[in-house]
Amino acid sequence: MLDDLRDLYQEVIFDHNKNPRNFRVMDNADRQIDGFNPLCGDRLTLFIKVEDNKIIDASFQGQGCAISTASASLMTDIIIGQTEQEAQELFTLFHQMATGEPVEIDELGKLAVLAGVCEYPARVKCATLPWHTLDALLKGSEEPVTTE
Amino acid sequence: MAINNMSESLASYDVERIRQDFPVLDQQVRGKPLVYLDNAATSQKPKAVIDSIVQYYENDNANIHRGVHTLSERATLSYENARKKVQTFLGAESHKEIVFTRGATEAINLVANAFAEKLKAGDEVLITAMEHHSNIVPWQMLCKKTGAELKVAPINTKGELILEEFEALISKKTKFAAISHMSNALGTINPIKQLIDLLHQHDVPVLIDGAQAIPHITVDVQALDCEFYVFSGHKLYAPTGIGALYGKMEQLEQMSAYQGGGDMISVVTFDKTVYNKVPYKFEAGTPNIAGTIGLGAALDYVSDIGIAAIAAHENSLLEYAVEQSKRIDKLRIIGTAENKGAIMSFVLEGIHPHDIGTMMDHQGIAVRAGHHCAMPVMDFFEVPATARASFAMYNTHQEVDALMAGIENLIEMFG
Repeated sequence: MLDDLRDLYQEVIFDHNKNPRNFRVMDNADRQIDGFNPLCGDRLTLFIKVEDNKIIDASFQGQGCAISTASASLMTDIIIGQTEQEAQELFTLFHQMATGEPVEIDELGKLAVLAGVCEYPARVKCATLPWHTLDALLKGSEEPVTTE
Repeated sequence: MAINNMSESLASYDVERIRQDFPVLDQQVRGKPLVYLDNAATSQKPKAVIDSIVQYYENDNANIHRGVHTLSERATLSYENARKKVQTFLGAESHKEIVFTRGATEAINLVANAFAEKLKAGDEVLITAMEHHSNIVPWQMLCKKTGAELKVAPINTKGELILEEFEALISKKTKFAAISHMSNALGTINPIKQLIDLLHQHDVPVLIDGAQAIPHITVDVQALDCEFYVFSGHKLYAPTGIGALYGKMEQLEQMSAYQGGGDMISVVTFDKTVYNKVPYKFEAGTPNIAGTIGLGAALDYVSDIGIAAIAAHENSLLEYAVEQSKRIDKLRIIGTAENKGAIMSFVLEGIHPHDIGTMMDHQGIAVRAGHHCAMPVMDFFEVPATARASFAMYNTHQEVDALMAGIENLIEMFG
């Protein structure tokens, strides 16, 4: 009955929503920042640990819908081991994909499961909130990030 | 006897006939018949309202209160007739006590703005914990301007105002109170007559936010004796961008103007301006004439069917929805007041309201998901947001069935 919805809610998303990866407070984080979507009330705190310009650990805490939780889970998983610059480039790519701009989908790896979100304008910000939060964190901001 | 009356009015209530008056309802969304259950956000508009706007623009369009030409006279007459319709609908003593505004929000801001001159540091403004942001923020702004303090009367876990605590917060310092008639997030209907009487014992003027109540509850401002009553047209089957403020004449007369401009003046020189009389003093600039005429048409339409008959129908939908929802274990209703209107706010265990909203939309069902402009209410119930189904005169019991089936489908999908 809800077959067409499977484009948005793929199994991977349900899996990451139920068992989010890196869903923990990081006590010894180098940097942390809050992200907030005032439209729906989603909140998350993102933590990273950086050594020699490399993200050696990333985690998050918070409350959100399946799309934003899965997005944060996938994001933290993928950026661990990346340089700050690589993560920044990935943010740009992800943002392009989520807003429906043409993008080399292969470069996004498993993040591609969130490609369907561009068909749902009201939900794009759910997927991009963790990434905007990461972007601000990498740019050295300490102010909470909002999607509005 | 009351029960007999109710079943009689339900038996003669022809919802299918009413649905035909609302063109927007006859459509499919994502391949399914539209089930519109977001009426607390805004209601749909009957053909009579749409036609009144078309009629105005096609035949009578002109500015009001100025030209002596025929079209201007027609426009002015229709505009002022709408004011009389609002007067009748609210039971006000005079049509001059009705000020047209953009909506309930602007009406509240108008009053808060005027009371800035009357309040000082140490005074208190009393509201409740279930208010919409529009009945919180203008008072916060007033308090910031004057040094007054905002007091918030708490609610219980059913979402009802705790009367003893409300009473305990009233003192000599209390200089104003603003209370919602019906909560948009919870559906709770407040015992406003009792609250108004209580506040009047302490000479506290009261504003009632009727934005949610107006399509469901018969209002008689003279019987209520409130100083102010505000509502938005768009929740009452009228267009967006038009609403009204009722104020007792003695209050309106001593209030300062809200915005300056044309229409709100009688004499202007560069030295000084003499303001127009109430209500025109508060209506600066060319108003939303078409919207006002549409509001008049909506009041006619609603009055023909009758608020009591509409409320009986909506209440039977709510009762049915609450009963049916019991079979869904994961569903928890937020807001279970004894006296509540046709709003069912709910959460589903393990499923975020935003996901509910998208998944319901895919089944053609429009529900609201979010904090409903009532973040403090969400904080109180410790939920980030809720999903909300809100019923109107044109909703059916079959649509409640569709809602429940939709919820069961998405629970199954979430696994």
